Amino acid sequence: MEDIKRLIAKHKFYDGIFAVVGLIGLFVGLVTLTALILDLAVDGVPRLSWQFFTEFPSRFADQAGILSAWVGTTLVMIVTASAAVPLGVAAGVYLEEYAPKNWFTVLIEINIANLAAVPSIVYGLMALGLFVYQFGFGQSILTAGLTLALLILPMVIIATRESIRSIPSPIREASYALGATKWQTVRDHVLPYSTGGILTGVIIALSRAIGESAPLITIGALTFIAFLPAPPLSAEPPFVSFQWLMDPFTVMPIQMFNWVSRPQAEFHLNAAAAGLVLLMMTLVMNGIAIYIRYRFRKRIKW
Amino acid sequence: MSAELKTPAVPNPPSAGDERLTRPAVEPAGRLPLKAVVRNLNFYYGTVHALKNINLDIADKRVTALIGPSGCGKTTYLRCFNRMHDLYALNRYEGEILLQPDGLNIIGPKIDPIEVRMRISMVFQKPNPFPKSIYENVAYGLRVRGVRRKSQIDEKVEQALQGAALWDEVKDRLHELAFNLSGGQQQRMCIARALATDPEILLFDEPTSALDPIATARIEELVHELKERVTIIIVTHNMQQAARVSDYTAFMYLGEVVEFGDTNQIFTNPAKKQTEDYITGRYG
Repeated sequence: MEDIKRLIAKHKFYDGIFAVVGLIGLFVGLVTLTALILDLAVDGVPRLSWQFFTEFPSRFADQAGILSAWVGTTLVMIVTASAAVPLGVAAGVYLEEYAPKNWFTVLIEINIANLAAVPSIVYGLMALGLFVYQFGFGQSILTAGLTLALLILPMVIIATRESIRSIPSPIREASYALGATKWQTVRDHVLPYSTGGILTGVIIALSRAIGESAPLITIGALTFIAFLPAPPLSAEPPFVSFQWLMDPFTVMPIQMFNWVSRPQAEFHLNAAAAGLVLLMMTLVMNGIAIYIRYRFRKRIKW
Repeated sequence: MSAELKTPAVPNPPSAGDERLTRPAVEPAGRLPLKAVVRNLNFYYGTVHALKNINLDIADKRVTALIGPSGCGKTTYLRCFNRMHDLYALNRYEGEILLQPDGLNIIGPKIDPIEVRMRISMVFQKPNPFPKSIYENVAYGLRVRGVRRKSQIDEKVEQALQGAALWDEVKDRLHELAFNLSGGQQQRMCIARALATDPEILLFDEPTSALDPIATARIEELVHELKERVTIIIVTHNMQQAARVSDYTAFMYLGEVVEFGDTNQIFTNPAKKQTEDYITGRYG
């Protein structure tokens, strides 16, 4: 009797120790993050104003804004998403539903996992050689968007495959048993049921891309720019223009980097404010991802 | 026991029970017509020889039950009929399953599995509704076949749901999610889904193993009604079920057909001791 009690007491002691260690770990992480965000907020919040969003960068810190940066970021993200999503989803679906399982597809799988871990600046170097010089896209929004698309492509492929894999095989078998072809099964079942997971993965990938600066500096993004890309819509025919794809640009992280590297303290406040905006953009994107996941999971039970 | 089990099983065309079943399909009138003639069927999962030289013919518009212990190959045999094995790599068929009256070799290497699946439907072990509405679930087979006219789809969906004895329960909520149905209703919806395309053979793979006794009784009733219209092959673990719903029963063991014949005869007067042992619960 006494022995058992002593044994339990000993086990509970270790239990307690681990709980404390875990709590400390959590606490250190949380406090550091909160401190960082608070510091950013204290510096940046006073600079946030309507004018901060509508002004171009300037030599005078109090007149400088992030107009060209957030427009650039938005446009680059649009190009990135329109390139990475169709390619990544198609590749993921192919690998999961069509490709035979053999050593070659296993090799491809391993390489995709490795590509997801390649440092982003390597993608920048490759893009400089391929998109800027070889294809002649120049130091443009198109180049930037495609570079970031390459960067997140492995993540999109992996998210697609994971999401497709979570569909139970009896659902697929039910479709095939009714005489459906592979494409009918993919179009009517596999893709609709995995959309939630794919979109979640896409948005998380995009929120990684939005913070990237290294590959964009490598391909020659500008650090100071006082005009916007050509508008995509116009009043005269043909109404739609893609000239903006070839225009030079800057993005939020580069704008921040530019301001931080100046000696004047006022510019550092601008950088903090821009950092807050970037953080907000990322948070909103993650919020959307969580919402989408919730919406799609609600309809599907297995 | 094991020594006895290792004795080679009966020479396969099971002449024991119903002699007519072993004859080829092209038979003089008056004989029971066959829906599928199975000749020397062998099946391999990679290197595993799962079905050994099976000659088990299927009578037209009758219920054939496959019984036997787990792993005996009854589900494997069933899934040959709609080429489900083609979905997975390294599976291999040998022999012939000739669908009557046209003699299409279901497992012929040149035959498109989709053509086979268009003619032979399947109901699975667990209800597997698509996460769509009841209507869309039942209509899916028609959509796959390119049917676009709404009136035609409406009509077929109603017919199929009526055929599956589900229409009265769901007619007011056809556009609700199929997950909201009970397990038994879901399984009947899956039967309706399989019926909507007017299959020639309906395959049931232990259709009641996930259901309660009342839902099971309804499905059994349904099987009884459906055989007026369609040939049925049913795999079951439940011997009473086989005795209740089927006209012919095959007892399988280790990938071979031990005995095949009239259900009455199999259950009351089995020719093989192995069959008798299994039916009386001495092993399996």
